[in-house]
Amino acid sequence: MSRAGLVRTAIVVAAVAALELAARGGLLRAGVAVPPSEVAAKLWSILRAGDANADLAETLGNVALACGLALVAGFSLGAVVHGLPRLRRALDPFLASYYALPFFAFYPVLIVVLGIGRLPIVAIGFMFAVVAMMVATLNGFDRIPRALPRTARVWRMGPVRTALKIKLPSAAPHLFTGIKLAVAYAFIGVIAAEFIMATSGLGYAIAYAFNNYDNRTMYALMLLLLGIVVVVNGVLHGAEQRLLARRRAR
Amino acid sequence: MPTRLLDTLLVLAVGLLAWQGVHWLAPDAVTSPAGTVARAAEMLASPRFWPHAGETAWAFALSLVFAIGGGLAIGLPLGLHRFSAEVGEPILVSLYSLPKITLYPVILLVFGLGLSAKVAFGTIHGLVPVAIFAMNGVLALPPVYARAARALRLSRWRTLAAVLAPAAVPEIVTGVRIGFSVTLLGVFIGEMFSSQRGLGFLLMNAIGLHDVPTMLAIILMVGAFAVTANAALLALEHRLHHRPA
Repeated sequence: MSRAGLVRTAIVVAAVAALELAARGGLLRAGVAVPPSEVAAKLWSILRAGDANADLAETLGNVALACGLALVAGFSLGAVVHGLPRLRRALDPFLASYYALPFFAFYPVLIVVLGIGRLPIVAIGFMFAVVAMMVATLNGFDRIPRALPRTARVWRMGPVRTALKIKLPSAAPHLFTGIKLAVAYAFIGVIAAEFIMATSGLGYAIAYAFNNYDNRTMYALMLLLLGIVVVVNGVLHGAEQRLLARRRAR
Repeated sequence: MPTRLLDTLLVLAVGLLAWQGVHWLAPDAVTSPAGTVARAAEMLASPRFWPHAGETAWAFALSLVFAIGGGLAIGLPLGLHRFSAEVGEPILVSLYSLPKITLYPVILLVFGLGLSAKVAFGTIHGLVPVAIFAMNGVLALPPVYARAARALRLSRWRTLAAVLAPAAVPEIVTGVRIGFSVTLLGVFIGEMFSSQRGLGFLLMNAIGLHDVPTMLAIILMVGAFAVTANAALLALEHRLHHRPA
């Protein structure tokens, strides 16, 4: 591990230890803070008993669906709009202010339109993620050096081959940023929607535990979610670093 | 009229038509654009609306002050020291991509119901993006700035306050723009769950009563405010990024 990684790990470990001491020493109100060791033990028992499996599977399924749809739609929309400069200039102000909208406020309206169930949840995750991917695609295609498509013309490549062999690899780093954002946003959208007013899923389970004063379960499920998000981000970050390293090597 | 503005208005018109179309398909579920605007105007004229709007505005203003102040206090020093930035950035980015809504129960346990919980929730939303952009803004400055400050024998604090922070203002404004919208989102969500006042409470109330026109009118008003503020900050950002050095 790098020196920065070691220091980072040390900081996280110290923070967890401080929380443990504060909770055990009675510095924090009992019930508010549960010592991290007890939270981990509770999570272990939940996982072993399989109590959260159904909720977890549902949440991950929703995130995967929302994210997959957002990646495909965002990339396609970005690619199409990039080819139509006039439409793109007209859309720019909307894209720039898209994330200023308070999305979760739409969720109740979506429930009225789409009914209770998975559909409105996936729709929120999709709406939250799709524009990040679209903007990243536009940025990526903008940054393709002009010489590259010209070279493709010199080699008499067709539009499909130009897209696959020249444009995609050249735009890859920006596309990857889009993927990372879309995954994070799909998680946020799905969990928040479940938290607000769903009847199943991890977000719902956390809200349910909170409403029943079952703070131990609540913290354990939060820890589970935190772990999943950190692992997914870590994997994507590692893949991105490898991609960038390969580009630099060439 | 320039073509560009015309095109943008055209896109807006298509959006409104789509909204109207959804209204025709499901008249009970979605109010028409005209109906929503009429309801919003009605609310704006009613004296009962303003205390709620004021409550939300006050909570939002407090959250924004804490988010920007805290974000700069974390981001600027991290940007000064490359190694600290390397240590801190992944932690900040993980915090940014965390669904913060799951932390809401913890905030409620710590702060109790009321204004402080809303403000705390808004602050945790906005603080991280401000910190990330401030840090990267200082890090990306040409090294000649720091060298000039050293040549003038400025202290660390003076270097930051007089040289580096002003030079990083365009990036800081970008961070503030993003922080602005997520802080608003945080305060609004905070009000939806545990408040007896504010626009979020009004929205939750309308949901409970299945009062679709009011729901959409509140979303329209908050959305219009967010988009206008975002556009103003975006214009400022463009000016700052393209100013002559």
